[in-house]
Parts: sequence; C-alpha cells; structure tokens
Amino acid sequence: MSTATHSLPRTIGAHVVLLTYTVIALFPVIIVIMNSFKSRAAIFGAPLAPPTPNTFDLIGYTTVIGQGDFIHYFQNSLVVTVASLFFVLLFGAMAAFALSEYRFRGNSLMGLYLALGIMIPIRLATVAILQLMVMSGLVNTLTALILVYTAQGLPLAVFILSEFMKQVSDDLKNAGRIDGLSEYTIFFRLVLPLVRPSMATVAVFTMIPIWNDLWFPLILAPSEETKTVTLGAQLFLGQFVTNWNAILAALSLAIMPVLILYVIFSRQLIRGITSGAVK
Amino acid sequence: MAAAPKRPFRWHIVVFLAPAVLVYTAIMILPLAGTLQLSLFRNIDQAQVFVGFENFRRLFGDPNWSVGFWNALRNNVWFFIIHMLVQNPIGVLLAALLSSPRLRFSAFYRTAIFVPTILSFVIVGFAWKLILSPLWGVAPNLMDLVGLKSLFTPWLGKEQYALTTLSLISVWQFVGIPMMLIYAALLSIPEEVIEAAECDGITGMSQFWKIKLPLILPSIGIISILTFVGNFNAFDLIYTAQGALAGPNYSTDILGTFLYRAFFGFQLQIGDPNMGAAIATMMFLIILGGVCVYLFLVQTRLRRYQF
Repeated sequence: MSTATHSLPRTIGAHVVLLTYTVIALFPVIIVIMNSFKSRAAIFGAPLAPPTPNTFDLIGYTTVIGQGDFIHYFQNSLVVTVASLFFVLLFGAMAAFALSEYRFRGNSLMGLYLALGIMIPIRLATVAILQLMVMSGLVNTLTALILVYTAQGLPLAVFILSEFMKQVSDDLKNAGRIDGLSEYTIFFRLVLPLVRPSMATVAVFTMIPIWNDLWFPLILAPSEETKTVTLGAQLFLGQFVTNWNAILAALSLAIMPVLILYVIFSRQLIRGITSGAVK
Repeated sequence: MAAAPKRPFRWHIVVFLAPAVLVYTAIMILPLAGTLQLSLFRNIDQAQVFVGFENFRRLFGDPNWSVGFWNALRNNVWFFIIHMLVQNPIGVLLAALLSSPRLRFSAFYRTAIFVPTILSFVIVGFAWKLILSPLWGVAPNLMDLVGLKSLFTPWLGKEQYALTTLSLISVWQFVGIPMMLIYAALLSIPEEVIEAAECDGITGMSQFWKIKLPLILPSIGIISILTFVGNFNAFDLIYTAQGALAGPNYSTDILGTFLYRAFFGFQLQIGDPNMGAAIATMMFLIILGGVCVYLFLVQTRLRRYQF
C-alpha cells in the first residue's frame, strides 16, 4: 500500500479531529449528569468539576421523584412505544411481503402510495387528525397516540422490509408451497424468522422518534393520565425553572434510560444504517 | 415465469395488505386530505362554510397574519441554510475520517458522536439552555479557558443571535445522521476503484475530491432532502427552548411554531383550525416542492454515478 494515505501525521490529525468532535458531542450530556449529583452551591461554584464526596448531593433526585409522577409517565411512554412498534412491525412486514412476493395489478402503484408517507410528514395532517380523534372520542387516550405513530412508522417500515424480503430465496418459499404450506404459514414460519435482523433495524428507527415526540402528546393526549415522559419532562422543566437541582436530576433521569438502551443496541442500529438499508 | 391463466382470486394478498393500508389511509392520508380541504372553509355560525381561497388571502393579505408568516418562513429558510452549510460539511468530514482504513477506535467515535441524535429535543433544548445561561456560567467559564470570555453574551436571549444559536444546537444534535449515511456510502465504494486510483497516483486529499466525493453525491442528495423535510416541519426544539411564542420577539419563530399558535391559539390569540389548516397546506406545498425538485432534478442527474 502507498504510505501517503496512512502516514503518521495524517492518522494523528484524524484522531485529533474525531476526538475533538466526540468531546463536543458528549460534553453537554456529561455536564448535565455530573452536576445532577452535586449540591446547589457546587453546581454554581464549580460547574465543570465532577462531584466529590463534599459536594455530592441527591436533593435533586428526591425532589423529582417526590414531585413529578415520572413513573406513570414512563409507563405511558412504554405502552405507546411498544404497542406502536408491534403494529408497525406486524402490519409493515405483512404489507412488505405482499408487495415483494406477489405480482398483481397495481403493485408498484401501491408501493408508491405507501412510500408517500416517508417524505410527507404526518404532522401536517394534525388539524384533521385532532378532529377525527375528537369525533371518535379518542382524545386523551393512549390509543390515539398508538394509531398515529403506527401510521407514521408504516411507510419507512414497508419500504425497508420489502427491500430485505426480496432477498429471501424463492426456492425456499416454493419448497414450502410444494409441501402444501399456506401463504400465511410461509410468511410467518419461513420468511419472518429470516428477516429478523432487518426487523430489529426498523424497530430502532421507528422507536426513537416515537419515544422522543413532543408534538402529538401535546396536542392529542395532554391530560395527566396520558402524559408521556417527553411531555411530562417538558412541563416539569417549565415549572421548576429556578430549582436547578431538580432540573438537572430530571434531565439526567430522562437521558439515562435512552442512553443505556442505546449502548446495548448501538451495534444493531449502526449496522442497520451502514448496511445500506436506507438508500 | 408465465402466469397461470385463470387463477383464483388471491385473497391472501388482500389480507396481507389490508391492515397497513387501512391504518395508513385512515390516520394519515385522509386527515392530510382533510387538512388541505379545511383550509378552504371557514367556521361561520358553528358551521363550516366553503370560502374558496379566503383563508389564504388573509394569510398573505392581512398584516396580522402575513407579517408572522413571512417572518416564520424567512427564519425557517435561514434554519435550513445553517443546516446545509454546517451540518453536512461536518458530517462529510467526520465520515471521511472514520472510513480511513485501519483507524483505531472508530467504533467508539461512531457510537459517541451519534449519542445526541438519540436524545429528545426536550433534553437537548433544556441542556443547552442551561449551558448557555449566564446564570450558571458553564459557557463563560469555558470561554474564559481560551481567553474569549469577553465574547460571551446570552445568545438565546438576543434577537440577532437566537435563531442561529438554535440552528447550531439542532446541527449538534443531528450531525450523526449525515455522518452515518455518508460513512455507509464511503464503505460501499468498491475496493477496485480505489486501487485503480492509487495505481494512477491519485491518493490522499485529491483522491477524496476526485474519486470519492462524486461517488457519494447521491447520499449527499438524500441527506439534503431529509434535512429539508425535517427543517420545514421542525417544532420541538424551538418550543422547548423558547416556548410557543418563539422569543425573543418572534425572532426564532419557524413554520412549526407558527402553525401551533395559529391552530391552538396562545395567550390572547384564539385558536383557529381553518387558518391552521391553511398554514399546514403552505407547509405541505413547500415540502412537496422540495421533494419534487429532489426527485426530478437531483435524482435523475446523480443516478449516473450509482453502481
């Protein structure tokens, strides 16, 4: 190999740039989490210092857990995310299978119709969605959010999954047909297990925007019983503007579950993006 | 494979397609059409009356609306320009560095730089609000370390800086996406192409500009359109950091927050679903226009380079 591309100064330069950007990317997260464990005086006195035994204080966390109903909000977010994810994956995989496996009239038109939603954000339909939910009495229910997020996630799921389903070998499916399996059995028993890795990719892509969304919870389900953790955090942070311990603790509590999940699934996510699924 | 003549109707296709198509049509397509339709109606004496383009005439003709709309649109364009000028070059740079062969710790860098992207706007908006706050002093302290403390001002509170600051925060959050997509594109360049370039003596920077950059142009096109759609329907970050009024003095108002105030009302303003629908229609047309430009111009011109 030529030495010019891998010379030492070049490598060091690359590490310097990447390390600098890594610091920029992580710094706000680290500073928030670090300061959430400190006493009020230390937060303002030395914001850049890590907590020491002298400045260690959990007052922020006790305030948050005592005041906000975060466990309940957390449950709501979990129910909405898991249920939407289930429907997106099930319905999306079924539609993707139909589009990639069978030739029928209107196949590509149907694919195009479903792909529209990748580019046009569902948020623009909010006015009529709210009317629809008011008419059907679903305002302030988690069902409304689940329905909206299912519709929001389907286009991309169908698009990505049908790309992967085209790669499943025809011989396998035809062997199943010769053995007398129904089309449903072929889908659920043969094809679904084979595309499981791509399902995981779609799951991660679908999950992050749903968990983090503020717009639809704010508009469709702002009541106390149906608040999601994102909306709950937003309102809580607005109320406690002057209580820095509580704010920093609430932010840390909101960051940590996502961060832990991310560390566990980051390989899956990054492999999903870099495998060229999103082209 | 010739299709068998006279096949029985294949019900399973309908069964497979029905749930997705029904949910998607009922919750997304019909409401979208309904919103476009509502923009042509007005609520007069508790009844929806067809008024043609009256709402749009108000949106563009009545200064109470048009000033706000043009302000939001202008801010939104600036928001988008900052993303294109800052986010994408940084993303390309990081991806190019990450993809250099035999780079150690590249998995660590990738994972760490992507962290902000998975956080919600609420967290990001608030964390930055605290860091930039003159009360806390993290930002002035840091700038003091490099001797630039005199340059510090409360950026989020000043009309002339607030929008740019928020755009940069949003760039900070989303730089992971262009980085990953371009990284993927760089990895998929065939080894032979690079070897051929090296045989011809094209290495290092000139190899990047002459060989790799033209090959990743389609990915840059995709990133641009994703950024465009994302920016023109952004809402959460501004709402979290500056509230629904998009202060100071509407200087950070973008179409998303403008739509929210028109639809729901805020403080003295009464919510108006029909005007909200008219604004949503304008946003729809803007996004549709962007997508069409991308599909017809960029995509057809760039496809030549794809493998």
